Amino acid sequence: MSSTIRREPHEPGPLPATPRPRGRRRASSGRLQLLDELRDGLVLTERNLRQIPRVPELLVFSTIQPVIFVLLFSFVFGSAIPLPGGGNYREFLMAGIFTQTVAFSTGSTAVGLAEDLSKGLVDRFRSLPMARSAVLVGRTVADLFRTLFVVLVMGICGFLVGWRIHGGLPAALAAGALLLLFGFAMSWVGAWIGLSVPNPEVANTAGFIWLFPLTFLSNAFVPAQGMPTWLQKVVEWNPVTATVTACRELFGNPNPFVNVDSLPGRHPVVMSLSYSLLVLVVFVPLAVRKYRSASSR
Amino acid sequence: MDAITAEGLVKIYKSRKSEVRALDGLDLTVEEGTVLGLLGPNGAGKTTTVRILATLLRPDAGRATVAGFDVVRQAQELRSVIGLSGQSAAVDENLTGRENLVMFGRLYQLPRGEPRRRADELLEQFGLGDAADRLVKTYSGGMRRRLDLGSALIGRPRLLFLDEPTTGLDPRSRLGMWEVIRDLVREGTTLLLTTQYLEEADELANTIAVVDAGKIIARGTADQLKSQVGGERIEVVVHDRADLARAAETLSRAGDGASTTEEHMRRITVPAVGGAQRLMQVLRDLDDEGIRIDDIGLRRPTLDDVFLAITGHAAQANDASTADDTPARTRAGSEEERAA
Repeated sequence: MSSTIRREPHEPGPLPATPRPRGRRRASSGRLQLLDELRDGLVLTERNLRQIPRVPELLVFSTIQPVIFVLLFSFVFGSAIPLPGGGNYREFLMAGIFTQTVAFSTGSTAVGLAEDLSKGLVDRFRSLPMARSAVLVGRTVADLFRTLFVVLVMGICGFLVGWRIHGGLPAALAAGALLLLFGFAMSWVGAWIGLSVPNPEVANTAGFIWLFPLTFLSNAFVPAQGMPTWLQKVVEWNPVTATVTACRELFGNPNPFVNVDSLPGRHPVVMSLSYSLLVLVVFVPLAVRKYRSASSR
Repeated sequence: MDAITAEGLVKIYKSRKSEVRALDGLDLTVEEGTVLGLLGPNGAGKTTTVRILATLLRPDAGRATVAGFDVVRQAQELRSVIGLSGQSAAVDENLTGRENLVMFGRLYQLPRGEPRRRADELLEQFGLGDAADRLVKTYSGGMRRRLDLGSALIGRPRLLFLDEPTTGLDPRSRLGMWEVIRDLVREGTTLLLTTQYLEEADELANTIAVVDAGKIIARGTADQLKSQVGGERIEVVVHDRADLARAAETLSRAGDGASTTEEHMRRITVPAVGGAQRLMQVLRDLDDEGIRIDDIGLRRPTLDDVFLAITGHAAQANDASTADDTPARTRAGSEEERAA
């Protein structure tokens, strides 16, 4: 492999009659090796991570919002929401807010890509001999790191208002992994949205607005017991509910699920994993296809 | 050997309301080692052509090859031998100049260590050495364009596309950009350049192809084109609208061709080969006729004059948002659009 990587120095002379392979990219008639894809994805991830400390506002605001939610729900709504079967509302709440926060990665991914698109950067990337997935991988992976940071800050904040884990550290880490996977999957939905909308302003709205019904029509903030039956069904099968419920179980927090005998009630972890993988299977190809034809105007 | 060939390129942009035929059977060849200037007004199809040749867009009909690679079937191979700069590409504002170049170098798959070395070289060459480690958002417009050009060159492309490289730049930055591009041309880089300025195409290109409504309507060297247009022009603005007809007649007699009148501007233009001498003659004639003038001068031919000479009508932006009946305003409008 290494023997074909080197590029030849610029030769001004006439072109050879048939183009000869130069560089590794050419070797397999344009098809990229997985290794190349990873390499290009890494370059773009690094680029996006570098930007985080340079645009600190973005990180600050994406952290402040969930922290405000933790405080609002803990102190304002918490006292008015009794849990079926008892338990501390603040302990109940945290898994919900964690899940909402990771789901909101959709918005930041959408805006980030829409900005690259509107500034013409996507055009440049598309004119380079790089993997078609790299820009999207770079964005979603960098957003994953940002999500991790926000989740850690929220965890500390939750701890301060009385949230505790009772299921042991390995289970808690597993819950963290489920959350990050869900956030990563949602990021790809955002990638698809960001490349589909005409400008970053629209991306900002389109990436967020539907997340409110999605997260509120779950058991993230209130137990579903008080809802009408048809709504309970919606909540039961909502992907957000799956991740919230799985996290509550793994954290050992109060987990009043309506229909404990249903599939989502019995296997929340499996459900959460399946939903995340399903979203990835659908939206990774959709986003990459969108990227191939994306253009700044 | 042709570095670029395009035959019958068609591109149609569809939207809910309308259908725009951006390219309407465009044919083009660029020889290896030469510079082709694609000259035309906004919306003529210049950028669309570049975007197709740089694999950013697929043509709806026709075929094209760049450096021997088909733009559709061999897109990935093609991308490793081209560089693209200008309207259609950009640099990352939140990275430094050096970081930008190194990133693009790595994406071109240069061997280890080469991106950094090549970045230093380009930063020096384009006078960005002192600003190399500053974030690009602190750069001036001219510096950004130079960095953008540097980004296109990092992979030592055999073929370079420059899409309106100086649109929106102030005159000094424009001259600086020309200098940089001329150096590249001297090194033998094959270049396809789009521009709205005849002067720019004249300065930089060996061959000029004039584009209008998605087709090439004329092609030749700058000299051939200019001889067709007829060199310099005398432009007169009369004081009194009533004098327009008489003044036009006077100018037609004194000049080297038919005069054109823009009524609402009270302006008359006529080709004049003799330059300054001819201007004096015109002044005397107008004085003899007793016509009061507000302004008079010599000016070099513009894109509008080229269009007038070739098509008999002035250059018109096809884009509805920039459509305007006065050619001069059309150019100004497109500049604004670019800046916005």
